[in-house]
Amino acid sequence: MNWSQIAAMPWMLWRRQVAAILRLELKKSLFSKRAWWIYILTLGPVLLTGLHSLIPRGEHTLANDNTIYAGIFQVYYLRLGIFFGCVGIFSNLFRAEMLERTLHYYFMSPVRREVLAVSKYLAGLIAAVVFFAGSAALSYILICLHWGPVFQQYLFHGPGLAQLGWYTLTAALACVGYGAVFLLTGVLYRNPMIPAAVVFVWENLNPFLPSLLKKLSIIFYLKSLCPVEIPGDLPLLAVLTEPTPAWLAIPGLLIVSALVLAYAAAKARKLEVSYSE
Amino acid sequence: MSEPRILFDNVSRFYGEVLGVNRVHLSIPPGITSLVGPNGSGKTTLMNLMMGLIRPSRGEISILGIPPDRPEELFRKAGYCTQFDAFPRGLTGYEFLYSFLLVHGMVESEADKLAVEALQRVSMMEAADRPVAAYSKGMRQRIKLAQAIAHRPTVLVLDEPLNGLDPMARAETIALFEQWGAEGKYVIVSSHILHEVDRISDQVILLSHGYVVAEGQIQGVRSEVKDQPMQILVRCNKPGMLASRLFEQDHVVEAKVAGDGKSLLVRTRDADSLYLLLNRIVMDNGLEVEAVAPADDDVNSVYQYLIGEVGTT
Repeated sequence: MNWSQIAAMPWMLWRRQVAAILRLELKKSLFSKRAWWIYILTLGPVLLTGLHSLIPRGEHTLANDNTIYAGIFQVYYLRLGIFFGCVGIFSNLFRAEMLERTLHYYFMSPVRREVLAVSKYLAGLIAAVVFFAGSAALSYILICLHWGPVFQQYLFHGPGLAQLGWYTLTAALACVGYGAVFLLTGVLYRNPMIPAAVVFVWENLNPFLPSLLKKLSIIFYLKSLCPVEIPGDLPLLAVLTEPTPAWLAIPGLLIVSALVLAYAAAKARKLEVSYSE
Repeated sequence: MSEPRILFDNVSRFYGEVLGVNRVHLSIPPGITSLVGPNGSGKTTLMNLMMGLIRPSRGEISILGIPPDRPEELFRKAGYCTQFDAFPRGLTGYEFLYSFLLVHGMVESEADKLAVEALQRVSMMEAADRPVAAYSKGMRQRIKLAQAIAHRPTVLVLDEPLNGLDPMARAETIALFEQWGAEGKYVIVSSHILHEVDRISDQVILLSHGYVVAEGQIQGVRSEVKDQPMQILVRCNKPGMLASRLFEQDHVVEAKVAGDGKSLLVRTRDADSLYLLLNRIVMDNGLEVEAVAPADDDVNSVYQYLIGEVGTT
């Protein structure tokens, strides 16, 4: 089948184009020197939990380790690691190519800009999920590993496997949500760090916001999905709001991410190559 | 039915308050069209507008009926060799071409075939497996050219494509342009090397400060420059006698016998009358004329007359 025949079948053409762009982009997102700090964000908690598994158990219990992990996940992964990892990965999908003056090669290919934006997003998402969902799952296993058979029992015959699944899913959904937001900021702004800082402040103000505004954030839905609550998590002056049930939080996050992605794709269609400005 | 063209209809582009190009009307036929003008005259802006990398502030552009804001259609027919000298990291010359042909949506075997064909056309097969980052300036220029032509486009837009090429590669590249022009492709070339442009162009577009100051076949453009007398070189056996006869005419501004004593350079405001008169002198005075040729209907002269700067040669 030649190019003209493929071009007459839009879905096949787009599938091939997405695959080709993924090939190029994954190389940059997963295996480049530029990604060194993302490796650190990812490997940091894995190393720490790995070290923890070497320390004698002492007085504490498996439940203690579970709660500690809940803290690591909600404070480190959701608020810092995944957030800043996604800033780095997704903001740069277009912006880094502007800085390196290579974006025009994509713009000079017969590819719909929407297909290009979605392909780049998918490449970023694959990289982010591999890094962060993988790291979160590995850390969960490592922090409890030194419990040996007790942990095995907890994992396979208790709530452990479900918890592991929820943490992994929540980390992946965080990548989906923050990824869409930071792809958009990368398309819209010359310096994506300023909007990233604004989003960071907004997400961290979440406990203090009124119920309605709380729902206009990603962290609110992600926290609703976390399987273990952190005791004493609520800071002074925090506003109590019922967590959103998973059946609503997951499709809600996916729909909002899809809308943000669609807007980013529409904006990418209007994007100009203006390296010197 | 008339042939499709590249059309600019009252196109302007501003960068904030800075003028890129203003009120451009163009209708570009097939063949080699050269964009000529000094730095900052708007050549690259015009090419970027044509290829949809930037958008017009005003006006409409159509490339063989396709608006440039539809890259998914435009770049099936068009290829663009830009002036940007940067490449995606970590790719060899072959991988660079092959990867972006896959981005077009081609199957692997077709992408491989076209990548190899493009590499051969720009004589880069030997360096195909070396990283682009290790290429010389001339090789980078050639791989960019290969990327522009790899999918066999009908419209080729080439921004300073001869920059950095050695004389051999320059000659080969010019031969390629001539071949594409002869095949009926639309080849738009910007260059500041005027004598090369002059040799290959079917038509020229002269730009100055964002405005198109002249457009068309170079001889036609020259004849429109009424305020500059035409220069005509006559090689004959009696240049002195010819000069004395020509000086009797009002339209003859200057007649200068060349150092070798065998030719006369005449500046006239009415070339047609001069040719008629020349015929009469030949008949009446037995003048033996070896050659008669316009001496300033080249791009360089027209460039100097219209833009007022000495073109690079």
